[in-house]
Amino acid sequence: MTQPKHTIVALVADRPGVLNRVASLFRRRGFNIESIAVGRTEMKGVSRMTIVVSGDTATVEQVRKQLDKVIDVIKLSDITDEDRVDRELALIKVKTTPQNRSEIMQIVDIFRANIVDVAAESVTVEVTGDEDKISSLLNLLRDFGIKEVARTGRLAMTRGTVPT
Amino acid sequence: MKLTGAQIVCESLAREGVEVMFGFPGGTLLPFYDTLRHYPQLRHILVRHEQGAAHAADGYARATGRPGLCCATSGPGATNLVTGIANAYLDSSPVIAMTGQVARPFIGKDAFQEIDITGITLPITKHNYIALSAADLARIFKEAFYIATTGRLGTVLIDIPRDVFIEEAEFHYPVKVDLPGYKPILRGHPAQIRKAAQLIDRAKCPVIISGRGVIISGAHQEIRELAEKAQIPVITTLLGTSSFPENHMLSLGMLGMHGLAYANMAVTHADLVIAIGMRFDDRATGIVSGFAPKASIIHIDIDPAEIGKNVRVDVPIVGDVKHVLRELNKQVTNQTHVGWIQQLEQWRQEHPSIDIRGGEELLPQYVIRSICEVTNSDATIVTGVGQHQMWSAQHFCYKKPNSFISSGGLGTMGFELPAAIGVKVGRPEETVWCVAGDGGIQMTIQELATMVQERLAIKIAIMNNGYLGMVRQWQELFYGRRYVATPLMGPDFLKIADAYGISALRVKKRSEVIPAIQRAMEHDGPFLIDFMVEPEESVYPMVPPGATLAQVIECPKRKAAVPSTSGTVSNI
Ligand SMILES: Cc1ncc(C[n+]2csc(CCOP(=O)(O)OP(=O)(O)O)c2C)c(N)n1
Repeated sequence: MTQPKHTIVALVADRPGVLNRVASLFRRRGFNIESIAVGRTEMKGVSRMTIVVSGDTATVEQVRKQLDKVIDVIKLSDITDEDRVDRELALIKVKTTPQNRSEIMQIVDIFRANIVDVAAESVTVEVTGDEDKISSLLNLLRDFGIKEVARTGRLAMTRGTVPT
Repeated sequence: MKLTGAQIVCESLAREGVEVMFGFPGGTLLPFYDTLRHYPQLRHILVRHEQGAAHAADGYARATGRPGLCCATSGPGATNLVTGIANAYLDSSPVIAMTGQVARPFIGKDAFQEIDITGITLPITKHNYIALSAADLARIFKEAFYIATTGRLGTVLIDIPRDVFIEEAEFHYPVKVDLPGYKPILRGHPAQIRKAAQLIDRAKCPVIISGRGVIISGAHQEIRELAEKAQIPVITTLLGTSSFPENHMLSLGMLGMHGLAYANMAVTHADLVIAIGMRFDDRATGIVSGFAPKASIIHIDIDPAEIGKNVRVDVPIVGDVKHVLRELNKQVTNQTHVGWIQQLEQWRQEHPSIDIRGGEELLPQYVIRSICEVTNSDATIVTGVGQHQMWSAQHFCYKKPNSFISSGGLGTMGFELPAAIGVKVGRPEETVWCVAGDGGIQMTIQELATMVQERLAIKIAIMNNGYLGMVRQWQELFYGRRYVATPLMGPDFLKIADAYGISALRVKKRSEVIPAIQRAMEHDGPFLIDFMVEPEESVYPMVPPGATLAQVIECPKRKAAVPSTSGTVSNI
């Protein structure tokens, strides 16, 4: 049975080891992290983590409560049921031949992705979007032969004026 | 004015009112120790192993309610603290551990005696720090004490590189902490408290389960008021032992794996469980699916993450137990529960589960009862882990708040002696009995030297059964009496005592027990008694692992049981 996914946003103090504190908590308590993405915010000394976890409601409730106990975690919100924007970035290096290059470019165009590097036998595609969009593009490009993929994991933010 | 890092540390400890610390020096701590000379108000107790320092700090913290401090050098010193830190963490004891670290330029190079102690202790501390500049020290100490002593109490570690002790910085001790992510909730939610009061008013067969949170929050008076006002019997967890006077009409004793049969029955038949400052440890609940099957559950705890973690809860109240009980007591109405209390009384008669056999055999239970009798319950009992721990919980009648100190969450053998040192340092006027296993005491026996050097008049009772008793009991019950690796040869404890300059006695017969305890009490100084107890005595009742509280094994009948030897064991 696949467990429902939850999107949790944590604002954390930008102190050494904070990512380790959060990640090791997940491992220690047997919670499953699907992805975790971290970066600075508009506030000095505050980083933002977007964490995707899978599990039943009780498990995710425990995740939240245990995370809340980490001293460096300043604020925590479960935005799973909020109206929100989800984004992931992926870099995809695809094998090319002189014959199929334009076909690849067309697909990239349709997905409003960009080609950011061109080499003799490959191109590198940059795509942003939600998980589904990136997966669909990957599926289409798979036929040409994928050499390398790098994905960021999910970033999320609620829509409108209410901050997360 | 500029101070060195080491001076800043000492000043910070002084500002926090620290009077004593337990430690063991080493290269990275030398700048600190050299500065300590100038702070005579900071008593430093030299232990013989860093694990002892952490347990002693833990014992001190449990006994006094003030944070306990321990320190160790980098590398092996720091790793020796780990068991003690984990022990304090799991029992929510406010311990501050300070470790030396290699100088900053060496960090990450696998330098001599370098270990990533903040990494190692991440899962066993409430929070930890590595101080990367002397200018951070004052803030870190201020925060560390605040974190350790507020909310759910906990253990904090501060790792300080050797050159940070030497570096100079301006010293300003902060008045306030600024931790935006840390806001302990002290007051319970009024609507939840109202709901709880209504449930209590409606209950026919309520019980209170009182845990260590009651002791930590100093809510002895409040819990008693609740019990008396609404006439609710009180059961304690192992670590809740001594949170409620056991000679009280409404005391039912301990629940759980070695809880009393009727206490476990009470929980099984209750229609309302009021769980206060306890965390539904599996040793207390038995298998959770069968725990309190008929009851609604009110759970009061300061840690939101404890609520709903192990059992479903109908009315959660997050807050400090004392605050919450004060509010609750205003709203709860007077009740009687005559039928329920009679029912419990009847079970008590039918399951006199802690009566012990008559005769001359030296039973460990008899020893505990005798310590209770001779001291008239006016003693603090510090135990290790194993059978003697359970007998100490079952057979001593705890009347004074916080008079039972034991390792619950981690169950650390070897806790007894160093913890007793911490307790005696914290309560010098009190009688402290260290009840030890012959196995456990050998894990930290070197602390006898610390005890003697510090002139601590601790009384030690070794329950010498020649086995790692509790494990032997499991082998007896669940592994067909195949005693692998549990028969244990001890040293001659009298000679050990003599080597450390401690007076001691050996006791082999029941008739010698009381006179020996009296001797120990009259003796001005530490005293050790080696009780040669029945080797294959087991702890009953017992809820087997994986069973529910209703599936308790009571003491198999051997000889006729005698009721308690004296009035010391309460109304059980
Ligand atoms: C450090 C540690 N190692 C192992 C255990 C497992 N254990 C639990 S009780 C026990 C036996 C304790 O023997 P002893 O100290 O002689 O006490 P007794 O049970 O005989 O009273 C053991 C080995 C433990 N709790 N702690």
